[in-house]
Amino acid sequence: MITLTINNEAQTVDAPPDMPLLWVLRDLLGLTGTKFGCGIAQCGACTVHIAGRPVRSCLLAVGSIGQRPITTIEAIGATRNGARVQKAWLDAEVIQCGYCQSGQIMSATALLDQIAQPDDADIDAAMAGNICRCGTYVRIRQAIKNAAAMA
Amino acid sequence: MSLAEAPPPDVSRRSLLKAGGAGLLVVGLVAPLAASALQDAGGYAPNAFIRIDRQGDVTLVMPQVEMGQGTYTSISMILAEELDADWAKVRTEHAPADEAHYANPMLQMQATGNSNSVRAWWKPLRTAAAATRACLVQAAAQGWGVPTGQCRTESGAVIHDASARKAAYGDLVGRAAQITPPTDPPLKDPKDFRLIGRPLKRLDTPDKTNGRAQYGIDVLPPGVKFATLMQSPVLGGKVAHVDDTNAKAAPGVRQVVVLDDLVAVVGDHMWAAKRGLEMLDVTWADGPNGAVSSGQIWSQLRAAAEHPGAVAKQVGDVDHAFASGDVVAADFEMPLLAHATMEPLNCTVHVTPASAEAWIGTQVMERVHAAVAKAAGLPEAQVDVHNHLLGGGFGRKLEPDMAYAAARIAKQVDGPVKVVWTREEDMRHDYYRPAYRDLLWARLDGDRIVGWKHRISGSAVMARFAPPLFAKGVDADGVDSAQDIPYDIENKRIEFNRVEPPGVNTGFWRGVGPNNNVFAIESFIDELARKAGQDPVAFRRAHLTGSPRHRAALDLVAEKANWGAPLPPRCGRGVSVQPSFASYIATVVECEVDEAGEVKLRRVTSAVDTGIAVNPDTIIAQLQGGLVFGLTAALYGEITLEKGRVQQSNFHDYRMLRMDQVPPIEVHLIKSGEAPGGIGETGTTASIPALRNAIYAATGVALRRMPIDRSLLAKGART
Repeated sequence: MITLTINNEAQTVDAPPDMPLLWVLRDLLGLTGTKFGCGIAQCGACTVHIAGRPVRSCLLAVGSIGQRPITTIEAIGATRNGARVQKAWLDAEVIQCGYCQSGQIMSATALLDQIAQPDDADIDAAMAGNICRCGTYVRIRQAIKNAAAMA
Repeated sequence: MSLAEAPPPDVSRRSLLKAGGAGLLVVGLVAPLAASALQDAGGYAPNAFIRIDRQGDVTLVMPQVEMGQGTYTSISMILAEELDADWAKVRTEHAPADEAHYANPMLQMQATGNSNSVRAWWKPLRTAAAATRACLVQAAAQGWGVPTGQCRTESGAVIHDASARKAAYGDLVGRAAQITPPTDPPLKDPKDFRLIGRPLKRLDTPDKTNGRAQYGIDVLPPGVKFATLMQSPVLGGKVAHVDDTNAKAAPGVRQVVVLDDLVAVVGDHMWAAKRGLEMLDVTWADGPNGAVSSGQIWSQLRAAAEHPGAVAKQVGDVDHAFASGDVVAADFEMPLLAHATMEPLNCTVHVTPASAEAWIGTQVMERVHAAVAKAAGLPEAQVDVHNHLLGGGFGRKLEPDMAYAAARIAKQVDGPVKVVWTREEDMRHDYYRPAYRDLLWARLDGDRIVGWKHRISGSAVMARFAPPLFAKGVDADGVDSAQDIPYDIENKRIEFNRVEPPGVNTGFWRGVGPNNNVFAIESFIDELARKAGQDPVAFRRAHLTGSPRHRAALDLVAEKANWGAPLPPRCGRGVSVQPSFASYIATVVECEVDEAGEVKLRRVTSAVDTGIAVNPDTIIAQLQGGLVFGLTAALYGEITLEKGRVQQSNFHDYRMLRMDQVPPIEVHLIKSGEAPGGIGETGTTASIPALRNAIYAATGVALRRMPIDRSLLAKGART
């Protein structure tokens, strides 16, 4: 049994320590907002925050997390930057199919947590690991800038 | 997906209906919905699309699926407009598998594709909603004892101004349900539209920001187990032998399912299933396709392309036109492509001896329904399918194979099982966008094209998917945007050569046939312009006198993209014009090619006349995304085979454009009162030739094949 702190709640799960966090969230805890895209940390759809930093949960062994707090898309709106990013996403009507957008929002929120006023190069660096097959990149860029401007 | 606007002339509607199996002359708007739970509860369901409850909440049942293209919002806007519903009280619901009510009027089946959701449903849904509104007006007028002509509607209420009375729709549902809807109600004059034409916020996006949106892959029916599968790596191959000793011993693994052409591992979670699958020792019998390679596919296609094809269209006398002067020729090729939807293929199925239930996100509800029934060995009436939001479709989910495989597996499993494909399995078992080879010939008389011949060779997707749309050797999709080339050319012939590749399934893809044809045509037009000593925009413009809507789009994009303004060395602008999906679009891509041959995108501009823009912001978003989809294919996309096996597996070797590579994209809408056109696939079609022509302008290298070969573009490369 492993105890995790997910979205400010302690969760005990029966999972082997090498099981990636992604499947613990989705299949054991029913937190399906975090998405499976590639399984090899190439697409960013599974991005969550571990102690505030963006991490690809598809390769993150659940036994390696320890006490560090985990935040998923389901709770990111409770954070100041998370709420700003969500609002900016809707204001700019970023989303199409939406499947990658949990990961995009988690990466964008982590960016704003690190850099309050990111420039284009900061956005490129923070977001290049998140693929959007619908091609919403120009709106993501604008929405990040709009979210930063809400500060 | 692209389907032609109409079947070839010799295919009668009757034969289409007969062979298509849909057999639908009427769609839901006239067939009353069977007594629904809502009606039982006193609600009002005048047709298959609209339900109004006593609180006035309006539920709209979506005949087309939401895969990101914004159709749930656009379709709701069309219905709400003619209904005069209160937009704040509108909610949407996925349609069940029910071809009698939800068959797409253009496709004649319950399918979402061909960028035609708005085009196909524009009139039927307006009519259905207007008829409902008429019933509500009549119900109110009867209650008040006033003529219907004195009543108007607004925002979910009937209003009688003379007596200052107002009745909310929710209060009228009981009486309205007693009234037979008119079959031919008057529709609004577009100048009276309140919703259509406004950039309304999408209905599906709020839940996509917080993890609440439910895709097929997210369902968790009680007791669900998790499975992943491995199909024969070679098309048509079979399982020869399986040693499952290690897999069965792995923690969390519950069951190994071995069928003739696939194996699956069922576990307590996807991780157990995935690990179990890796521990299986499977020997495959490859069968006849075990030696297929890309080299073989291309040599076969190139040889077949030398033969004249079936004539799709003939105007004037091209042979005569070619006899009297030099003929310019060029050949163009496009590769096999995977769809790579962000949501990997999946389907959850529960089979019992007497019933089956399936959960999925699909573009073809009825085909999935039939596939699950067939796999379960049950009549369709005993099978329920629940549709969900799709994490991308792009034509991949026009196939029911993932549902059929899941149901076959589920038949061996006690309880519901969610079958999720790994990315690798998804990439290697696609219905790939066909490889195409196009031969083009033209004769110039001064700066005019006087003769044109275009021979398209490749898969006939329609021959498999909708046989009536493959007639006399011509695939309606394969020649889409080629037989309706917009340029004024007196003598032309368009031919199609069906060439099916060995060892690989082909299917629809965002833009399919039009992608290939617009790429070949627009690339060739650029070469002809150069031969004629003309500017590419001016040359096109001079050949567009017969299509003022194209000309207007071209003029606008040239202005907005600063066509002709000086650029730094090794930078160029390229233009494309296209008739695809009943929209009129011109696009300019600006790029830089560095000395190593790498291509950097600088700017993309499109001008779009798509008729009445139901939701203008959705049109812009679809163009933006579609352009990126096409640029991704041009820069990276190619599926190759060796020993019958697809060589690409995941996003490291089947690359996608990323944030740091995407330039500013501007889309300019042209206001129009014409009927709406299609939009979802158009950007993809537009950007591939525009980028190719930008590279041509930047380097002088006339690329003839996609994806872009950097080695041809490096400074000093031999071309």
